[in-house]
Amino acid sequence: MLQVVNLKVRVDGKKVLNGVSFYLEQGNTYVLFGANGSGKSSLLNTIVGNPKYEVVSGRIIFKDVDVTEMSPDERVKLGMGIAFQNPPEVDGVKLKELLEYCRGISGLDGEEVEKYIEMLNMEELVGRHVNKGFSGGEVKRAEVLQLLVLNPELVMLDEPDSGVDIENLSIMGKALRTLLERDKKKDERTKTSLIITHTGHILQYVDADYGMILHNGRIACIGNPEKILEDITEHGYEGCVDKCLKNVE
Amino acid sequence: MSEERGVKDVAKDRLESVGIILNPEKRSGMFLQVDQSTALASPLYEGVEVMSIRDALKKYEWVSDLMWSLVKREQDEYTREADSEDVNGYFIRAMPGAKIEMPVEACLYLKTLGHKQKVHNIIIAEEGSELNIISGCTSHPGVVSGMHIGISEFFVKKDAKISFTMVHGWERDMEIRPRSAAKVEENGVFISNYVLLTPVKLVQMYPKAYLGKNAKAVFSSILLAHEGSVVDVGSYGALQGEKSSVEIISRSISTGGKVFARGHIVAEENDVKGHLECRGLMLSDDGEIHAVPELETKYSQVELSHEAAIGKIAEEQVFYLMCRGMTRDEATSTIVRGFMDVEIKGIPDSLRFAISKAVELAAKDMF
Repeated sequence: MLQVVNLKVRVDGKKVLNGVSFYLEQGNTYVLFGANGSGKSSLLNTIVGNPKYEVVSGRIIFKDVDVTEMSPDERVKLGMGIAFQNPPEVDGVKLKELLEYCRGISGLDGEEVEKYIEMLNMEELVGRHVNKGFSGGEVKRAEVLQLLVLNPELVMLDEPDSGVDIENLSIMGKALRTLLERDKKKDERTKTSLIITHTGHILQYVDADYGMILHNGRIACIGNPEKILEDITEHGYEGCVDKCLKNVE
Repeated sequence: MSEERGVKDVAKDRLESVGIILNPEKRSGMFLQVDQSTALASPLYEGVEVMSIRDALKKYEWVSDLMWSLVKREQDEYTREADSEDVNGYFIRAMPGAKIEMPVEACLYLKTLGHKQKVHNIIIAEEGSELNIISGCTSHPGVVSGMHIGISEFFVKKDAKISFTMVHGWERDMEIRPRSAAKVEENGVFISNYVLLTPVKLVQMYPKAYLGKNAKAVFSSILLAHEGSVVDVGSYGALQGEKSSVEIISRSISTGGKVFARGHIVAEENDVKGHLECRGLMLSDDGEIHAVPELETKYSQVELSHEAAIGKIAEEQVFYLMCRGMTRDEATSTIVRGFMDVEIKGIPDSLRFAISKAVELAAKDMF
């Protein structure tokens, strides 16, 4: 589904990714762990084609297409989707207009869009300008709502649980389970996802298949997500990565 | 009427682009002036009067007293020039208590190349009435040069409301100098919107509102300065009665032209409120935007504020919209349209639609 090969990336002249390689298999959910500043958001931004992130070397192959040089909208039309950690406000553009645009890309029917709006408790927010005056939790719900409507094959989520209060965490959990087809049987799932989580809260609602740690600009280990989270909690990122490397040796 | 038919046939699109639809079912009155002559003047609703200023002067003695009572005849060379024998213009009046939500449309049409159109308008909302006006000013296709001097005096009586939306659509070599002022009496509301999105040589105007007790005025301008255009537009609010308030909002875009976005609020009484918001978007390195906000008072119990910001399109927003599948051009024009989409409160949907349509057209042409 997605293949990242030896990806080296710079932003404002600073190296942020230093040879990242991994492969995501269709139908699986992957959780990306990593300390602050380890490059997690940079990786997602690069995959979706943020022009601020300069690919120095390496390739990004999505559905057997080399998308490394493609513009973000071309990648989205090919089936990528991303929910940002801190998306910008877009003054003058109503959330429902943007949803309508997303619907045009995915071809979802209007009833389904209404269902998602209701699911995320967004009835009152869709008439407002995108992210303008939204609370932290509302921003996250708006991001997930857009992805539900966009209906991408590869779902990338950057900290979908940060800033979401406990009451909305279960709403969010339910929406993410729908988005990632976690309520379907394993062999019926077609969506692939890559989730950044700092706290791991979302793992209570979304059972991930694999966990990965991004460390010093590279993928350090891949394994059972709960086990990795446990090791991080117990030994810190450094300790966890050391342990991981030892296992490999 | 034959001249009016001709105009309709040749320039329907032109009129529509400035909000003039000439559809009696959707308007409470219609007025059309071509160069100096009245082509159409018809009230369509009970409680509304629509006629040419020439006819109004004949019908009511007091009209001549209102003329030049708010705008000074001696203000400048253009007001002096407008004070001429062949001046025309419209007289629109809502009778006491008449609440007419459906807009009156008034169109000033410049048909002859090089013509100097002189207009003097009197607009009255009598006590407790409501009047909505869409005023479209434009020129015949091919009339690339000319001049338009429009004097407009608005009288918003006690508990009355006027919303006035003016859309201009000119050509590259035209010089446009409207001069207008409004007197808003106790509890009155004056909403004035100005939209200029087409190329022009020069637009220079500084409409004023004088506000009585508990009166309110809102000025909103949406300005686009094309290469070679000079757009100098301000709004002035004089807070003369206690609890009066004024809000001045402007959105200017330069794609190579020069914009002066002015605003001036004077508090002449205690317990008044004024806010000024100027935002500018630079879409070219050749243009210029000057935001000139002014606040003034000699009173201690007033609340005056302003915010002004000029910038370019945020790349972060473009990228964000591209991540929802928009191309770079689509994202940019969506952001520009959003920037111009001032949420004007207190106007009927049909006027909102006229503004959105003009903005939509301009945004489409830009990229």
